[in-house]
Amino acid sequence: MTTYTMPNETGRYGNFGGRFVPELLMPAVIELEKAYEEAINDPKFIEELNYYLKQYVGRETPLYYAEGISKKIGGPDIFLKREDLNHTGAHKINNTIGQALLTRRMGKKKIVAETGAGQHGVATATVCALLGLECVVFMGEEDIRRQKLNVFRMELLGAEVCSVSQGSGTLKDAVNEALRYWVSHVNDTHYILGSVVGPHPFPKIVRDLQAVIGKETKQQIVEQTGELPDAVVACVGGGSNAMGMFYPFIEDKDVKLFGVEAGGAGLETNKHAATLSSGNIGVLHGTLTHLLQDNHGQIEEAFSISAGLDYPGVGPEHSHLHDSNRVTYTSITDDEALEAFQFLSKSEGIIPALESAHAVAYALKLAKEMKQGETLVICLSGRGDKDVEQVKSLLEGK
Amino acid sequence: MGKERIENAFLEKQSANENLFVPYIMAGDGGLEILEKRIEFLKKCGAAAIELGIPFSDPVADGPTIQEAGIRALENGTTLTAVLEKLNSFQEKRTVPIILMTYLNPIYVYGVEKFASDCREAGVDGIIIPDLPMEEEAFIAESLKAHSIAFIRLAAMTSPIERLVELANRTEGFLYAVAVTGTTGARTVHEENVKAYLQLLKENSSVPVLAGFGVSSVQQAQDLGTYCDGVIVGSKIVELFYNGKTEEVKSLIKGSISNEYILG
Repeated sequence: MTTYTMPNETGRYGNFGGRFVPELLMPAVIELEKAYEEAINDPKFIEELNYYLKQYVGRETPLYYAEGISKKIGGPDIFLKREDLNHTGAHKINNTIGQALLTRRMGKKKIVAETGAGQHGVATATVCALLGLECVVFMGEEDIRRQKLNVFRMELLGAEVCSVSQGSGTLKDAVNEALRYWVSHVNDTHYILGSVVGPHPFPKIVRDLQAVIGKETKQQIVEQTGELPDAVVACVGGGSNAMGMFYPFIEDKDVKLFGVEAGGAGLETNKHAATLSSGNIGVLHGTLTHLLQDNHGQIEEAFSISAGLDYPGVGPEHSHLHDSNRVTYTSITDDEALEAFQFLSKSEGIIPALESAHAVAYALKLAKEMKQGETLVICLSGRGDKDVEQVKSLLEGK
Repeated sequence: MGKERIENAFLEKQSANENLFVPYIMAGDGGLEILEKRIEFLKKCGAAAIELGIPFSDPVADGPTIQEAGIRALENGTTLTAVLEKLNSFQEKRTVPIILMTYLNPIYVYGVEKFASDCREAGVDGIIIPDLPMEEEAFIAESLKAHSIAFIRLAAMTSPIERLVELANRTEGFLYAVAVTGTTGARTVHEENVKAYLQLLKENSSVPVLAGFGVSSVQQAQDLGTYCDGVIVGSKIVELFYNGKTEEVKSLIKGSISNEYILG
């Protein structure tokens, strides 16, 4: 078996990835790449990162055997990787803590970030408060309206939240504006990208920092069952929790990997965010990957019940794993996710994030085709407290 | 055609002792039907070449003025295909070089080879791609070369000297010197180190060096013109056309190209 060594030295994952940024940003991404390689080869940095992951983030997170839903389905044993139990309630902080430590190491004092629903923004504002870094977060005005509480959380943590009215006023536009801000402040500012997207080395840095999810899972499942799982399921927007979960399993060919995209109102409706399932290849935000776009290369808006999956692109490594058939990508509609949201709440006493509910919904379908004695792991990327109000109004509206 | 047409047009202006002035307009802002008239007008005002922007949904190198022009153009239904067809329709009459400024994705989706070939057909002389650094350019540079289209590189003030020298070596037609650390759009002052940066580029470039991003007045054009061969003005031109102030476009260009201009 060949060893998986993506990305190559130019930031390519097969045909995908690269760094398509203005010349103004090239020195910064080259500097970042160098600083990152030095950092991860420095035992002191790793020690510091591990310290914060354990003492501040609260790792390791449990791999919980979900007996309730396993029994109800009557198929495989289903395990939940509890990323919802991290500080700030999702996997996002695995990345932000690492990048904030890297920022300090590079001698930069300011952070810029984008956020959709506000989860990455909160996770970024949190680590900036912890490490005394100045923090500016760009958020679409539509998202600010929908996620008032997260805006207040970020402000409480000392961050400045800037409203983005350009374009559709959502995540993609927030990324554009964060990139523009970075272009203008590149000398003293680091950009903490929230997912495995953007120009090299971001997809690699975010994957590596999130890979703690898959590494722990691998060890925990072997401790609990004596062997590797038969299937692993994670939701994919930009794809950081999925990439972090999948990466340590890529060479374990007997472990089937499933990425679940947001099917919105259904793939036939054009109101979805299923980039790999129905998009095509192009360049957005510095990387060559699958995109939702029209025939002239204009990027289209993504739609999903879950703000965290509402992105018209996807990480280039997912595009590669899709093309090489190592990971199976599929989608779940808003309605199916909503149903799984309630099912997990009632069956296990765990309210999942709407993002994670997509993974749960697909896992429940998959479980019906699997046998007793097999094992299935779901990456429960975040908790659903942030979604309760939205779900309430959706259910009452029905 | 192509590279040579740009070089000849620039030489002609410089022989007449003029500073070079390249105005930027957004294709489709105001409708594609006005494009021919607008290009002729700019040529008459003294433009050395026209930089024609192709609208893109996610223009990360642009400030608010050009972003909004792009949105208007997209709302008008402007596409790369339609712009190339329009340029093709009046290329015989055109006497000023056309340089397309487009983000990579519309080209990628159009097809790189077809794009280069259709540009040639439509009489496009040069291409600027703001989100394509040297490291990634090989796949498109070959096609442009095969069709003799000038591939104009952008230099930035954040680039270390080795990169600046390499960009100056690679560029064709002219070198686009981004003169701010930021996006496009009007600014009142330029950073102090602009002078040294432009001089370094001049020393290393065999083609003219033009400063762009943030240039919005005759004064700035004249100041920058002291250290390089001329300027590219985008946001200000776009704004003046949008507000119907065509006389001001004329005075901005005439004042900028004149070497007899008395600084105020």
